[in-house]
Amino acid sequence: MIGIGSALLEVEDLCVDYVTEKGAVRAVDRVSLSVAPGEFLGIVGESGCGKSTLLYAIARLLAPPAEIASGSIRFRGDDMVTMGEEDLRHIRWRNYSVVMQSAMNALNPVMTIGAQLSDAILAHQRMSHRDLRRRSEEVLRLVGIDPVHLKSFPHQLSGGMRQRSMIAMALVFTPELVIMDEPTSALDVVAQRSLMLQIKQLQKKIGFAAIFVTHDMSLVSHFSDRLAVMYAGQVMEIGPTQTVFDRPRHPYSSGLLGSFPSIKGERQALQGIPGSPPDLAHPPSGCRFHPRCPRVMPHCKTIEPPFFEREDVQVRCHLYAGSDGD
Amino acid sequence: MATERAVAPSAVRTEPILEARSLTRHFRIGGPLSRRFLHAVDDVDLVIRPNEIVALVGESGSGKSTVARLLARVYRPTRGEIVYHGRSLATMTARKERLGYAARVPMVFQDPYGSLSPVYRVSHGVMRALKLHRPELTANDREQEAQRILKSVGLQPPHEFLSKYPHQLSGGQRQRIGFAQALACRPELILADEPVSMLDVSVRIGVLNLMADLRRNEGISFLYITHDIASARYVADRLIVMYAGRIAESGPVEDVLANPKHPYTQLLLSAVPDPRAPISLPATSEVAEPPRVIDPGEGCRFRYRCPYAIERCSKETPQMRPLRPAHEAACHVAT
Repeated sequence: MIGIGSALLEVEDLCVDYVTEKGAVRAVDRVSLSVAPGEFLGIVGESGCGKSTLLYAIARLLAPPAEIASGSIRFRGDDMVTMGEEDLRHIRWRNYSVVMQSAMNALNPVMTIGAQLSDAILAHQRMSHRDLRRRSEEVLRLVGIDPVHLKSFPHQLSGGMRQRSMIAMALVFTPELVIMDEPTSALDVVAQRSLMLQIKQLQKKIGFAAIFVTHDMSLVSHFSDRLAVMYAGQVMEIGPTQTVFDRPRHPYSSGLLGSFPSIKGERQALQGIPGSPPDLAHPPSGCRFHPRCPRVMPHCKTIEPPFFEREDVQVRCHLYAGSDGD
Repeated sequence: MATERAVAPSAVRTEPILEARSLTRHFRIGGPLSRRFLHAVDDVDLVIRPNEIVALVGESGSGKSTVARLLARVYRPTRGEIVYHGRSLATMTARKERLGYAARVPMVFQDPYGSLSPVYRVSHGVMRALKLHRPELTANDREQEAQRILKSVGLQPPHEFLSKYPHQLSGGQRQRIGFAQALACRPELILADEPVSMLDVSVRIGVLNLMADLRRNEGISFLYITHDIASARYVADRLIVMYAGRIAESGPVEDVLANPKHPYTQLLLSAVPDPRAPISLPATSEVAEPPRVIDPGEGCRFRYRCPYAIERCSKETPQMRPLRPAHEAACHVAT
């Protein structure tokens, strides 16, 4: 979509289905996005909007009943959708890595951090004991953890340290793309903020591109270059983060932004968004947001809006159908 | 209901509903012979008055949920006392009194998915509370009252929602049922333990607005326990900030936010993401986290992270002292 040719990752019209006995449920519906080298893409949405499924699809980690129904994912020019397991093994972790949501569950409780780091390294590359140790110490220092913790078990580390050791693990091969699924959601605000700052600093230093999924729109506001807002399996709005924040075009984006009380300025009454996200087994007709939309028009109920472009922002909303409407 | 509440409002207004005095709770860790204790809550004093929303804010492990459970009599305090309308809870031992207290000061839980039994319809929880706590109502009255309560928590049409099972409801609707069950007891004060943290962002505000409405329309007080200082500001009148089992600071919300006195409150406020504010990237990111407080000695528990710590901070536990009108902080350095 944006910057074709220079993109590290290009996703086009990706559809992911969960195949159930009652038929397929489409969790990701025609999602297109691209990530340039070194770029930080934030993806925000509520639970069940398909954001995690999209990540798993990109990382080729989907397990039945989920499957890619159609569309393409091109990473470094290679087609990820048709790539076999053997080829995937070569690029996994070396070229892209994944940081899971909950470090509490992602780390093995009965293995030391060092053993788990070695495991991750050895699964993808042969290495001598000495190099292994050296590299493990290096990556732990990189994320601000004292290398003595190579001998620690996960329960001996705080939540923030566990999450940072997960990030260390993702960085052992200095990949070009790091995919992060709400890495800070289990942390307290102070730890969350320090982790975000650290991710951003690491990104500057190492230069990896990042896809960062979160339900907390305010969290990525200062960190991502571009932002995609997802709702009910679809991207509703995608564009430069600052533009989306300053001028949210899609009623869902502005509703989401208006759902965060602020600690500064006047105390003002907020409305949130009435209703709750739809069941994807029975998505609403037309625009999927129309049952909750404050600016709904008659044809929103029947015609699904395509993307319209405004100031580098793509927005899936009929309000922008006219050439001058804004 | 309205008439009952109208009785002598001026006299009621100043008298606290609930008061905690030096409330302390320690948990033994390790085996039964262990001498090590986790100090979950130490010397907490707080007062909740009628028609007031008090927010108790802290990070995980700060002891805020333990305070709620102590107030709900889930745990017995290790030391200190809880006074309800001038009577110590320790003296209220008869079943009738305990039941009465549970009805007047009910709790709403964090997890709307785990706190409703999946095998019963919504009506079950609401009706049960009505039967147990308001025996004077006839079956017909109960039905009417249940419908009124569901309406007041924003679930319309009420008869339809009463016959639903929890799995047919969204998270926000379930949490409203949690409030409906609490309302059925005719509460004075609802202890709400992180009632919105598991809900979707777009429906959280609705539940916060519900709390504000219930206070306005039914005069119910709330102790709102949360880690989210922005939502605390949104609904609460007063703010109590906890750190590592102790109260760090308390005062009127706007005053605490505008003039945070305790260094921990300042840190907490600086960490809140605010898309409307320009970012300032500090040279070093603070990485420390709240400690687990096991057999602490004297001294301020924040001193390891505090940029202003002086020698006195490691020798003497700071006590709460007034720094501005109705605004106190437990810090040796703050002025």
